[in-house]
Amino acid sequence: MERKEWPLWEVFVRSRNGLDHKHCGSVHAPDARLALQVARDVYTRRQEGVSIWVVQADHIVASDPDAKPELFDPAEDKIYRHPTFYKLPDEVNHM
Amino acid sequence: MYTQALDLPQQNPEGRPPSLAENPAWQAEFDAKIDAGGFIEPKDWMPEAYRKTLVRQISQHAHSEIVGMLPEGNWISRAPTLKRKAILLAKVQDEGGHGLYLYAAAETLGVSRDKLTDALLSGRAKYSSIFNYPTLSWADVGVIGWLVDGAAIMNQIPLCKCSYGPYARAMVRICKEESFHQRQGFDALLQLMQGTEAQREMVQDAVNRWWWPSIMMFGPHDSDSTHTGQNTRWGIKRISNDDLRQKFIDATVKQAEVLGVTLPDPELKWNEQRGHYDFGRIDWEEFWNVVNGHGQCNVDRLAARRKAWDDGAWVREAAMAHADKAARRAQAAA
Repeated sequence: MERKEWPLWEVFVRSRNGLDHKHCGSVHAPDARLALQVARDVYTRRQEGVSIWVVQADHIVASDPDAKPELFDPAEDKIYRHPTFYKLPDEVNHM
Repeated sequence: MYTQALDLPQQNPEGRPPSLAENPAWQAEFDAKIDAGGFIEPKDWMPEAYRKTLVRQISQHAHSEIVGMLPEGNWISRAPTLKRKAILLAKVQDEGGHGLYLYAAAETLGVSRDKLTDALLSGRAKYSSIFNYPTLSWADVGVIGWLVDGAAIMNQIPLCKCSYGPYARAMVRICKEESFHQRQGFDALLQLMQGTEAQREMVQDAVNRWWWPSIMMFGPHDSDSTHTGQNTRWGIKRISNDDLRQKFIDATVKQAEVLGVTLPDPELKWNEQRGHYDFGRIDWEEFWNVVNGHGQCNVDRLAARRKAWDDGAWVREAAMAHADKAARRAQAAA
C-alpha cells in the first residue's frame, strides 16, 4: 500500500475574546477533528487561546507575491485617505 | 531546544554560493530587503542557496528538538517526586512541540514532512550533538535544563530576528517557552544542592560531564566556521559562534557560584582587560567525533526514533483510512 502523508492544516488561534483569530503555524492531521486536537496540543499548551480554527492548507487562496506592486502600490499615493493628511488649526487639530 | 552552529562544513555537501545568474533583478530586490532588515516570506522569490540553507538549518533544528526528547524522557518514569515528574513531562512535551513548530516552518520552503523525517531516520540529516551523551543520573536532567537549554537560549534569541519570517516567528514562540526549561533545571539543582553530600556530588558529577559538551553547542571557532559569512549576509546568523559562547560562559560563572558547583575548567578566570572570562581549550576532536556519528548514544538515539516511526505506522495509516472512508460516506450521503 502506498503510504499517504497526512494533509497539512493551517492553524489560527483567538487568544481571547475581543481579538481576531491569528495564524500561528500548521499541523498535519488526517481529518478536521484530529487537526483541532493536534492544534490544541501543539499551539495552546499554556492557555494561548480560547478558540481555534483549522483550515486545510490547500483550501487557502493566496495573492501572488509578484503581484504586490499592482495590488498594493496604487494605495501608496492616496495619502488623503489618512487623517494625518489634514492639517487643521491647532485649536481643533485633535478632533 | 537546541541549535548548535549549523554551518558545519560536512553538513553542506550541496552548498554553493548563491548564483547571481538566477535572476539579477530579483536578486537585487532580495538583497535590498535583507539589507533593510526586512523579512522574506514563503512565496517570495529567494536564491536557491538561501532556501537550501534554511531547509537544512530549520530541519536540523527540528530534528534536534525531537531527538532531544529522548535523553530527558529517559527520566520521566524515575523522577523523584510527582511535582518533578509533571514538570519534566511538560518540558519534554514542549520539545516535541518545538520540533513541530520548526518542521512546519521548514515545510513552508517547499519540502515535505515525510522527506524531512526520512532524512533524520536514514541518518543523512544531522541533529545537535549534545543529545548523543547519556543521562546517567537525575542531576543530569537539572543540568540539561540549566546548561544545555541555557546555551540553546543564547543561540536562539538572535534567530528571533532572522530574515526568514516563518523561522523567526517559530523562534519567538520557542524562546518564550525555553526560559521555563532553564529555570526549572536550575531550580531542581538548587534543591539537590540543599540535600545530602551524595546529592551535591551527583550535581557536581553531572556538571563535570555536561559543561564541555554545552559550550561546544555554539559550534566551531569563528576562524574554522565556513558558512558564517554567507549566513550573516543573509540575516540568518546575527551573532558569531565565539561571541555567543563567550556570552554564555560569562553569564554561567555567576550562576555556578550561586549553585555552589565548580565548572570543570582550571583555566576559567576573569580577564579584566577583555572584560570577559578566559577559558580552556575545547576538545574539538571529541566534538567532530560525536557530530560524525561516534558519540556514546548516536546509534541508540536513531534506533529509538526509527522504532517510534515504525511502531506508529499502523496508527497513521488507520487514521488516514478512517478519514478517507468518512469523507467518501459524507460525499455519498450528500
